[in-house]
Amino acid sequence: MNKELLHLINRRAFLNRSAGSIGAVALGSLLDPRLLRAAPKPGSIQHHAAKAKYVIHLCMAGGASHLETFDYKPVLAKHDGKPMPESYTKGKPIAQLQGRQLKILGPQHEFKKHGKGGVEVSNILPHIAGVADDLCVIRSLSTDQINHDPAHTVFNTGTSLPGRPSMGSWVNYAIGSECDDLPGYVVMTSVGGGQSQPIASRQWHSGFLPSRFQGVKFNSAGAPVNYIENPKGVSLNRQRDVYHAITQLNQQAQQQFNDPEITTRISQYELAAKMQLSVPGLMDVSQEPQHIIDMYGCKPGDGSYASNCLLARRLVERGVRFVQLYHRGWDHHGGVKNGTAATAKLVDQGTAALITDLRQRGLLEDTLIIWGGEFGRTPMAQGSGRDHHIQGYSMFMAGGGVKGGTTYGATDELGYNAEKDPVHVRDLHATMLHQLGIDHTRLTVKFQGLDSRLTGVEKARVVKPILS
Amino acid sequence: MTLRSTTALSIALSFFCLTSGWAKKIDFNRQVRPILSDKCFFCHGPDKAERKAKLRLDLRESALKNNAIVPGDVEKSEVFYRITTEDKEDLMPPEESHKHMTAEEIEIIKQWIKEGANYEGQWIYEAPRKHAPPEVAGDQVRNPIDRFIQQRLREEARKPASEADRVMLIRRLSFDLTGLPPTPAQVRAFLSDNRPDAYAHLVEQLLASPAYGERMASKWLDLVRYADTVGFHGDQNVSQSPFRDYVIAAFNQNMRYDQFTREQLAGDLLPNPTRQQKVASGYNRLNMTTEEGGAQPKEYLAKYAGDRVRNTTVVWMGATLGCAECHDHKYDPYTMHDFYSFAAFFADLQEVGKYGARKRPPEIPVPTAEQDKEFAQLNADVEALKKKLATDSPELIAARKQWVSRERQKLAGSNTLKPSDLFFIEDKARKGDSTREHWHYASSKDHPTYRGAFSRKQESGGLVQHILGFKNTYHPNDEDVFFSYIYIDPKNPPETVMLQIHADGNWEHRAFWGKDKIPYGGIGTKGANHRPMGALPKAGEWVRIEATAAQIGVHSKQKITAMAFTQHGGRAYWDDAGVHGVHEAKGIPGRIAQILQTDTPTEKQNAELATYYRGIAPSLDSARTDLAHKEDLIKKFNENVPTMPISVAQKPRMIRILPRGNWMDETGNEVQPAIPAFLGVLKPKNDNERLTRLDLANWIVSRDNPMTARVFVNHLWHMFFGAGISNVLSDLGNQGEPPEHPELLDWLAVEFMDSGWDIQYMIKLITQSHAYRQSSQPPTDIHEFDPYNRLVSIQSRRRLSAEMIRDNALMVSGLLNAKIGGISVHPYQPAGYYAQLNFPRRTYKHSTDENQYRRAVYSHWQRTFLHPALMAFDAPSREACTAQRPVSNTPLQALVLMNDPSFVEAAKHFAIRIQNEGGNDITTRIHWAYQEVLSRSPRDSEVKLISEVYKKHLDEYLADTDAANEILTVGLEKTETKKPAETAAWISAARILLNLHETITRF
Repeated sequence: MNKELLHLINRRAFLNRSAGSIGAVALGSLLDPRLLRAAPKPGSIQHHAAKAKYVIHLCMAGGASHLETFDYKPVLAKHDGKPMPESYTKGKPIAQLQGRQLKILGPQHEFKKHGKGGVEVSNILPHIAGVADDLCVIRSLSTDQINHDPAHTVFNTGTSLPGRPSMGSWVNYAIGSECDDLPGYVVMTSVGGGQSQPIASRQWHSGFLPSRFQGVKFNSAGAPVNYIENPKGVSLNRQRDVYHAITQLNQQAQQQFNDPEITTRISQYELAAKMQLSVPGLMDVSQEPQHIIDMYGCKPGDGSYASNCLLARRLVERGVRFVQLYHRGWDHHGGVKNGTAATAKLVDQGTAALITDLRQRGLLEDTLIIWGGEFGRTPMAQGSGRDHHIQGYSMFMAGGGVKGGTTYGATDELGYNAEKDPVHVRDLHATMLHQLGIDHTRLTVKFQGLDSRLTGVEKARVVKPILS
Repeated sequence: MTLRSTTALSIALSFFCLTSGWAKKIDFNRQVRPILSDKCFFCHGPDKAERKAKLRLDLRESALKNNAIVPGDVEKSEVFYRITTEDKEDLMPPEESHKHMTAEEIEIIKQWIKEGANYEGQWIYEAPRKHAPPEVAGDQVRNPIDRFIQQRLREEARKPASEADRVMLIRRLSFDLTGLPPTPAQVRAFLSDNRPDAYAHLVEQLLASPAYGERMASKWLDLVRYADTVGFHGDQNVSQSPFRDYVIAAFNQNMRYDQFTREQLAGDLLPNPTRQQKVASGYNRLNMTTEEGGAQPKEYLAKYAGDRVRNTTVVWMGATLGCAECHDHKYDPYTMHDFYSFAAFFADLQEVGKYGARKRPPEIPVPTAEQDKEFAQLNADVEALKKKLATDSPELIAARKQWVSRERQKLAGSNTLKPSDLFFIEDKARKGDSTREHWHYASSKDHPTYRGAFSRKQESGGLVQHILGFKNTYHPNDEDVFFSYIYIDPKNPPETVMLQIHADGNWEHRAFWGKDKIPYGGIGTKGANHRPMGALPKAGEWVRIEATAAQIGVHSKQKITAMAFTQHGGRAYWDDAGVHGVHEAKGIPGRIAQILQTDTPTEKQNAELATYYRGIAPSLDSARTDLAHKEDLIKKFNENVPTMPISVAQKPRMIRILPRGNWMDETGNEVQPAIPAFLGVLKPKNDNERLTRLDLANWIVSRDNPMTARVFVNHLWHMFFGAGISNVLSDLGNQGEPPEHPELLDWLAVEFMDSGWDIQYMIKLITQSHAYRQSSQPPTDIHEFDPYNRLVSIQSRRRLSAEMIRDNALMVSGLLNAKIGGISVHPYQPAGYYAQLNFPRRTYKHSTDENQYRRAVYSHWQRTFLHPALMAFDAPSREACTAQRPVSNTPLQALVLMNDPSFVEAAKHFAIRIQNEGGNDITTRIHWAYQEVLSRSPRDSEVKLISEVYKKHLDEYLADTDAANEILTVGLEKTETKKPAETAAWISAARILLNLHETITRF
């Protein structure tokens, strides 16, 4: 059988499987079945032509300082060491600086303008600066929550309440995945450069959506996916025999019971068997040419951020819809100067290589890259560091139909409040969904009496000016 | 006005009539309210902030104003025009809402207006009425439940399915009532039980099994979000297992639901509460909490308060009052005032916003009855030994005299002992001692030093400390003075500096200078574990700071093993540190040596000498060892006794309405505890009193509450039929699902209250109905007729729950440890699964004893990283209330059953049983295995398939005994067998059986 035909068959089996699962969902789901009957089929929600097919979210966990990466504030340098004017901070939530004297801390690194678009980038990110014309830097982002855990939850689910679906789950729920032997939503993590704040698995949970849309975390050590390896002493062939016998016996049961759940079960075992075969191939980067590995600057498979970037490219190449990399090293309460430099060194080259690599493979236009943390950091000093800050901070997008070489929005002269063209996290969600061909107001699922959506109940806007 | 498409409408109408038998009068609550609620109430409902055109459609009086609805006259009703017009300006719902009325819905509205536009109160807010069961008879009617169900089926011209066979019945009952499969012996006994009420006996027997409480607990623990960790940020462990055991015991005692409710919401407020009632009151403390450094206590107190409102109202009332935290409810008549008044019931709880050190005070230790007894014995032994060691016998006195004269000679001529400094740190740490945390030497070249070449620099925006661990234990004297030299940087002074001593295994010995900023021991407290010493030492010069042993609670019987130097913020240099006092001479503690050198010791000194001597007298060696051992046991015992955070009432905090839920906004009005206003007014016993949690609990389980009984019987129905009668279990309000059998739901609810809230009575009633006992085999046309089986014309099949899947594998393999209760246990888990956790970092250690084989209800429940096997099968994280688990079917489930060592070890154990107990030839063994796993005999085709795999793998393993031996090492211990290849091949067969769809399904 030729490859194409095989692909077609697999694809059809996959589609059938998606459809077959609906019964399963409805029977015991949290969702009101009456509504599910009327609701559009998961995987087929497309409101307009998509500009992007895949999303890679590079999460700078811990809260990367915007003032040392993308938001240069000369005025801040001028007032270094002076008290922070109270007009800025009065009535605003403050984390560890509660009740302290608030003093300004000037930018700790130099900045330069780069590329045709003149995007301003800190000197600690030289490789990212090299792809400045692919970047759309947003300098006016804001969020709702000032502690790590709830802030991540807002960034992923649009609210700090637990139990809501993560954006990767929403996207897979809406448009499905193009990959039939890997999960549609993959998460990887790395550490280094600063204090590693914890990350809860709720960040990639499917909440009230069916659990097959949940993110699957790939481990950086041990088996890449939980339970992906055969039991000790069980060869590939013997594992296959067991799979085969289970399928045949389930097929016999299906004849007896005539239950669509059994059909689904059979195809899920098929998919599990395929995953057992495909995951090792995915993780095996020994076939990558040396110049690619050099470009990322990693030892493949070392669990580093750069290695995860390389895997992210391989995942997107295979059609995985949503990839999330967390680098847990940006929580610089002390020593922000050396700290940001150290963490930047760990993420700079891999990020730039990923963008370049996707571009040279023609995948960048299909892939929306989102780079940024759950919040930024205060213009005020916390010793030699900076505290958490949510009123204004920076991030960038690249690929996926956003205008490269641009800078959008601005904070005030002290880098405190998002002043010009503010973008809330939910606007970011609306924009991301828009690029994927989804109207964020129409991607809704009934939960606890509300038409719940990723962008929540407040008004959200698609940030049109940054789209090409 | 024109209709958009008459043809489409009439087609829709005829379709609708056929499928749901809608020829009778429109039922407002079932048919109209859901449409109005979903499509209209957002702008024309209870929330005044969103209301448009001053029109409310949730109240008839308002809807009839200005001809919005004209009863009986469709043409004159503005509403009908608005939902059918082609004019986009006028059309409702408006385009931007993305809501859309279907032809079917328009026709229902039309018919309803024609029939007079009658409203009914939202069903859930009207008291349930006990409707007489319909007059239906026949041999398929076993109790009133069947009369309701079959009446409805008759209207649809359907019949219930026939009764399932007995094997299916016992399997169904076993899983539903105990969460475990029946043993082959139980199946045989039931099959041969000829009594007419054999089934009823079986139900009784299963309800009497302790496994029943474990099964019911899984459900309840989902609702009340019980877990073993705190949930936010570092997701640290917190001991709460006594609450889980309380729930299991309550179900097993068949505690009445009203009492069960009162004990959880207000067990501490009951007269003379028992230990178990206090544990039950821990319900109010099960919410997620935080230890995150930058957390604002006030914000988190607001989060906890909101969480309690959400949980209590969903669990007991199926109400989404939680939606009214930031605005009035859009669909149900709850206001923000209701939300905060409800929160005020819990404002008396003693709690803080931000916790520390894995503790959630107030907590109580909760030993089991056995532990209580053991503990009493140990304490008695220790007392006896202590008494012996404190008593002088004549022999002892004689021996002491000899010892004194000997030692005096030894000490003769040595210098009189004077107090002096003993240094723990002299320039640098002593060789062999360990240094931890932010230990950083600064050289005298560029930094201030007290003496020598180094000092230690400490600098931070927050808490920072040096810890020095001693290689050799230091034995203190009561008169000791602990000291350190410190230099405060005048440019950047810390707010607080602190000395800490680690004595007898704890750090509860602290003295601090400056502001009260270091939380160890508790801000605002003044004990030996947090002793204020006054102002910060003078900056810009070296100062010796000192704390006496008495000030920090150190005495001569303790052992000191570490010292710490802590500061909050700023920069400081620390140098030499140690203890000032009389120190050892020739192996004798300084003080004793001093006495020995005194010619005429005082009485007090003599007594001290006697005490010291008893501590070293050879004749008391064994008593001392014994005491040390017993004390160690007590210490270990205390570590192993689980604790439970409980409810303790204090002066209630002020609760304000938080505008838009914003915790920083203090402009909202203060509120007092109250039930939602539209449900009535709850008055305290005496006029000036404030309502309590106990008042709330009593109201929840009173006849005045129309929701509680319905919500609970609806949960029971869901457990036994796979769907609720109203199938959005968390929301029986306007946006939930109108009940499919409203009269039945009401009848069950009233029956439940009439029975005295007797849960087992209700379970017996439900499980004895024909509806429950019927077959689950669907007729071929069910997908057209009733695809979700909401009319219960058959039983429903469903996948076993996450817990049952694990328990089933352990049970059939023979590994299950049926022990009830205790601290949570740790099944095998993939390495590195907790890598993303921090504060502290954690390495998961699986249980290495018989606790490995406990039921899943006892598994350690890590909220942010639930065990991946449980999670794959839809067990919830329990961060928030889960009223209904989804039932998914995913590839990860296959990976768990195929490869998780728990299931592979179960297969191994089962394989050994197949060989030992299953007979001698392959076919007999496969028959035996099927009986064990599925309570049935295999078909020939099944025997053939499995024996083929067995034979093939036997050949392979015979050729590759290394592989065979390898699989035998799976689990806690390697299996020793003379025929490894044969066992390995049976493991393949066992794995196949444990993976079958049929094995993980309840039919």
